[in-house]
Amino acid sequence: MTVQELPGAPAHRPTPPPAWKPLTDPAPLLPDPEPYRVLGTDAAADADPELLLRLYAELVRGRRYNAQATALTKQGRLAVYPSSTGQEACEVAAALVLEERDWLFPSYRDTLAAVARGLDPVEALTLLRGDRHTGYDPREHRIAPLCTPLATQLPHAVGLAHAARLKGDDVVALAMVGDGGTSEGDFHEALNFAAVWRAPVVFLVQNNGFAISVPLAKQTAAPSLAHKAVGYGMPGRLVDGNDAAAVHEVLAEAVARARRGEGPTLVEAVTYRMDAHTNADDATRYRGDAEVEVWREHDPILLLERELTGRGLLDEEAVGTVREAAERMAAGLRDQMNADPVLDPMDLFSHVFEEQTGQLREQAAMLRDELEAGQEPHGGGAEDAR
Amino acid sequence: MTTMAAATAGGRTARPRPATMAQALGRALRDSMAEDPTVHVLGEDVGTLGGVFRVTDGLAKEFGDDRCTDTPLAEAGILGAAVGMAMYGLRPVVEMQFDAFAYPAFEQLASHVAKMRNRTGGAMPLPITVRVPYGGGIGGVEHHSDSSEAYYMATPGLHVVTPATVEDAYGLLRASIASDDPVVFLEPKRLYWSKSDWSPEEPAPVEPIGRAAVRRPGRSATLITYGPSLPVCLEAAEAATAEGWDLEVVDLRSLVPFDDETVTASVRRTGRAVVVHESSGFGGPGGEIAARVTERCFHHLEAPVLRVAGFDIPYPPPMQEKHHLPGVDRVLDAVARLQWEAGS
Ligand SMILES: Cc1ncc(C[n+]2csc(CCOP(=O)(O)OP(=O)(O)O)c2C)c(N)n1
Repeated sequence: MTVQELPGAPAHRPTPPPAWKPLTDPAPLLPDPEPYRVLGTDAAADADPELLLRLYAELVRGRRYNAQATALTKQGRLAVYPSSTGQEACEVAAALVLEERDWLFPSYRDTLAAVARGLDPVEALTLLRGDRHTGYDPREHRIAPLCTPLATQLPHAVGLAHAARLKGDDVVALAMVGDGGTSEGDFHEALNFAAVWRAPVVFLVQNNGFAISVPLAKQTAAPSLAHKAVGYGMPGRLVDGNDAAAVHEVLAEAVARARRGEGPTLVEAVTYRMDAHTNADDATRYRGDAEVEVWREHDPILLLERELTGRGLLDEEAVGTVREAAERMAAGLRDQMNADPVLDPMDLFSHVFEEQTGQLREQAAMLRDELEAGQEPHGGGAEDAR
Repeated sequence: MTTMAAATAGGRTARPRPATMAQALGRALRDSMAEDPTVHVLGEDVGTLGGVFRVTDGLAKEFGDDRCTDTPLAEAGILGAAVGMAMYGLRPVVEMQFDAFAYPAFEQLASHVAKMRNRTGGAMPLPITVRVPYGGGIGGVEHHSDSSEAYYMATPGLHVVTPATVEDAYGLLRASIASDDPVVFLEPKRLYWSKSDWSPEEPAPVEPIGRAAVRRPGRSATLITYGPSLPVCLEAAEAATAEGWDLEVVDLRSLVPFDDETVTASVRRTGRAVVVHESSGFGGPGGEIAARVTERCFHHLEAPVLRVAGFDIPYPPPMQEKHHLPGVDRVLDAVARLQWEAGS
């Protein structure tokens, strides 16, 4: 028998523990259940034609870039290429939404975002070609090195944005991560820091359905990845990741919010990885063609093309001009990538520390002697290395 | 319980020879799972895909998702969960996709996996095997070629094992899974496709871990090596015969426990030693090995124990890795320096 049931005892009124009150009202943080869309809806009428045309040109260029880079892997010119074909709307919108002073924190798949932000197409590919880890100066372009260990760039974005705010600069950091990356501890820690510090960060999750072979359902049990935001105390936004106008609009709002000092936002863009994880992956092991086919009808370029043509903003001639520009970019990329990069093995020792240690000088001297003696470099022993 | 003979008699093994190291590892997982229902495999892409190196190919199909599980993408979570599974009586085998992606799990490894037996006064051993593909030489981009063995070796409580042959890949993995101690099982990536006539129908007897193997007997000096550098050393030993050197090659197979006996006996016999590995030299495994050899063989040594290692630099981009990885010439240069005389 419990206390309440004792005859004559006063009814027990549960009260919250004294110190408890909700920190945040969750309602405004919750994402809408449907991914936000612009193209093909009434919202499209308000979209800026100039922006739409710019997005279109970048999408077409981006698609061509993906195709060219993939072709370069087949010719052995790139060690590996994780294509973002099908995801160009996210890549392009992420780049175009930022001001020059802002920072982009891309993952290894986001070469295109870096190129759309203005990075030289060849410089963006050195990591994947294998001549340099990062072929550009991150400070010059305000693009962090393409990040391979998953989600580890997210805390960096938070720290940078925090530092900028401490200095009084109205700089925003936009950090990109895949659906798989949201499972990493670093994702959690970054979001928590960002929210607690109200850091001016925008997290863009490209939910492309898979982490290599693992589908989203095995990655999370949350209603959506955008829902994760609520637990940290930041708004979560769900957007159609193939709708370039919608991704741009949602990201623009999040950037503006961050710039106003109102803190971070988590944006989940629902998209699809049309190609395999990388050229080294065999996607037929974990998904069928039919699934991929369904997404072809929802291609980001197609969606925007329909909108622009319908509104009389794009005709065949304009399409031709855009495609020609993309071809020129691809031809340039091909030519430059077909030339062997000039590498100096002595560079191995150049950037380990500001000043070379005695130990490294010794090792550098040894390599120099070897090179001068014309010894065949021999990374030796690899049998059947592919 | 299926015996090894019964498991291999099922016809499923009719596979064209020769077998690769990756296949032998897969076979070891399969046989361990068939024999012991508490063996569970977990990691990223280990199920449907069969792992990015295809080592776990077919396991999910044969044993179901609960025995071979695609986890969320979180290395600390994978290993942390494995700790709990082991605490409850399972025998988890965890796959870390690449050397440098195992670092998020290092907290679990250093703070819990390595210490649980000790901190519970022996009450709670953790039979966990952590498989980590490691090392370079396959043209991998940044973060895909680290040699992380020194971190693991420097963490008391972990066994650190690394096969160099197809036969050992099978035997050592079986032994590691059977071990009641946690084992970091380092798989040399660039040997995944190395082949041998090893046949799963007649698996070599599973030896306990902790024994080195003399891969080539010799009289004039000992090359001490392991994992990806074994083929380099064997090639160097062949080449050195032209110079009149008769080199013995010792494959450590296990860095922890360390087989002092085999190594010491060899160096005492030859009087000279070179340690060869591709991970960086400073603070690397070679320093520990050279010190041990010197302590035990001082009066037998005709020359200082030398090390041939990777440079002390972050692992270079693939187009430059050939300069970093110690190859046959560097080993031969070191061997030439073994003609050491006091004062030279
Ligand atoms: C910490 C870490 N673990 C594992 C990997 C290996 N890996 C590279 S990409 C990938 C899948 C990533 O999936 P997702 O985050 O959804 O991004 P997507 O590839 O779909 O763009 C994995 C497991 C890695 N790069 N980093």
